[in-house]
Amino acid sequence: MLGIILLIWSLLPVYNMLLIALDPEEGEIEFAGNIWTSEPSLEGFRAVVTQEARYLEHFWHQFANSLLIGLSTMVLTVLIGSLASFAVSRLRLSNGSLLTNAALVTYAIPASFLIAPYYRIMHLYGLSDSLSAVIAAQVTFATPFAVLILQLYANLIPLELDDAARIEGASAVQLYLRIYLPLMTPALAVVASYALLLAWNDYLYQAVLLAVRNMTASVVQGQVFVDADAPWNAMMAAAIIYVLPPIALLLSLRRYIAASLSMSGAKV
Amino acid sequence: MSATRRVLVAAPAALKTQGRPPGRGHLRGSDCRWAIAFVAPYVAVFFAFVLYPFGYALWMAREPALYADLIADPLYLRTVVNTVLFVGLGVNLKMFLALLLSGFFLRPRWWIKPLLVVYVLPWLLAAAQTCISFHWMLIDQRGLVDGLLSALFGIDGPLWFNDRWLALGSNIVAYTWKWMPFWTLIFLAGRMMISRDIYDAAAVDGATGVRRFVHITVPLMANLYLICTFLSALWTVGDFTTVYLVSGGAPALSSEVLATLGFHYAFDAAKPALGVAAALSALPVLIPMAIVLMRKLQTSEVQL
Repeated sequence: MLGIILLIWSLLPVYNMLLIALDPEEGEIEFAGNIWTSEPSLEGFRAVVTQEARYLEHFWHQFANSLLIGLSTMVLTVLIGSLASFAVSRLRLSNGSLLTNAALVTYAIPASFLIAPYYRIMHLYGLSDSLSAVIAAQVTFATPFAVLILQLYANLIPLELDDAARIEGASAVQLYLRIYLPLMTPALAVVASYALLLAWNDYLYQAVLLAVRNMTASVVQGQVFVDADAPWNAMMAAAIIYVLPPIALLLSLRRYIAASLSMSGAKV
Repeated sequence: MSATRRVLVAAPAALKTQGRPPGRGHLRGSDCRWAIAFVAPYVAVFFAFVLYPFGYALWMAREPALYADLIADPLYLRTVVNTVLFVGLGVNLKMFLALLLSGFFLRPRWWIKPLLVVYVLPWLLAAAQTCISFHWMLIDQRGLVDGLLSALFGIDGPLWFNDRWLALGSNIVAYTWKWMPFWTLIFLAGRMMISRDIYDAAAVDGATGVRRFVHITVPLMANLYLICTFLSALWTVGDFTTVYLVSGGAPALSSEVLATLGFHYAFDAAKPALGVAAALSALPVLIPMAIVLMRKLQTSEVQL
């Protein structure tokens, strides 16, 4: 019983997206109170793919921008987070707890509260209307969580492994590449998916820091949100296309994520 | 019962002693240089994109007159009430249901794993797109929800975004839908760490069902639950997308929260300093929360 409620609860908004996307006419379903569509049509999807729909003339360019932001955020977060966490937990840098505290300081001020200063500061850095500005913002807000998670998992790897490698003459860089990275793969997969989802969920920073020319797929839908005459079947089709990549990534990483769950379970 | 109690007393202590053994000597010279080089990117990001913007925000909102303007603005006071309700109700409802559901997903049934995959889906779907879907589901008495209400029960749904409380409720429901799966997964991982032996010992002493939940699960999960609740509250205060795209502040800006109000002041009303001041006025609450979180994380080992 609870299972069925959860199923409906989870899928109702998704069903609503499909319902609107499969509507053959512009703006019919969402204003008619229909609960199913009698003649489903892929017209909305076709209009997105061929970029014929209003507001979606540059959809694939915007989609590429989103991908670039998402993947860059993912790679940079894993890189910066793992280097910092390695230095503190494996090289035993003194005052390492400062790092975790700095991470929490970042969350004491919600990202959305800093949007106005960010807008000014990106001008000062010469990054106005640049994808790098959004990437920098997303990396900033993803790395603290990455460091917290990586610190926890790094404690599960015995330090004796490092000592043994040192006797063989391994340097700090070799320890990082040969021992830390391979053994931390599950935790790194968790961090990578977290960073991608954070960038993929973002609306505010992309809407404010980027001008129309560099718009991303996430923002374009919100921009015309108040326009009831917009081609909503195509807009929803675009939304459905937009939500697919993280699912694909998570599915491909699920082996590692499951491993990290069982790894933490093995600790007790 | 005594056996259970002994295990329960021992468990937190056992968790604590698993920390790292105390430092073994100092860093060697080259290691120290490498360590500093490895930390440098993180520190650079922290200074350039956390401390500097924060300092800039404080400087932008330095005039005391701004805060007098805020207090005098009924919109601001209403927004503070909305934010407290949105965070207070939204976070507690979400976390408590997530804790209960994490137990549900431990059941050994064949359909539980596929159901978990579907249940986690909202977390994987992009926030803006699903919030827009919620908006269309509730719009104008003719969305999917109202369609279902009239088809199943023959009643006309209300105008969701014409009433402040319904709009606020819609935001909370959309927010819960999106983020509850994430915390359920965290609690699921936490529950999987609780050794089966403890439950078996409790079963021998006759503790099952609710009593097992109250006397074993709750004490052992309390720390994780508290830390997650604080972290989630900090994140929810900053949630912009849900309110902006589900109710859009409708009707007439009465369901705004601080994050969206700051945005409106800064970019729609072209009063950036006032917008920053509205956001910073939450700091007296946020900073103590962050400090409590810091203390908690330092004194305990938590697996996320």
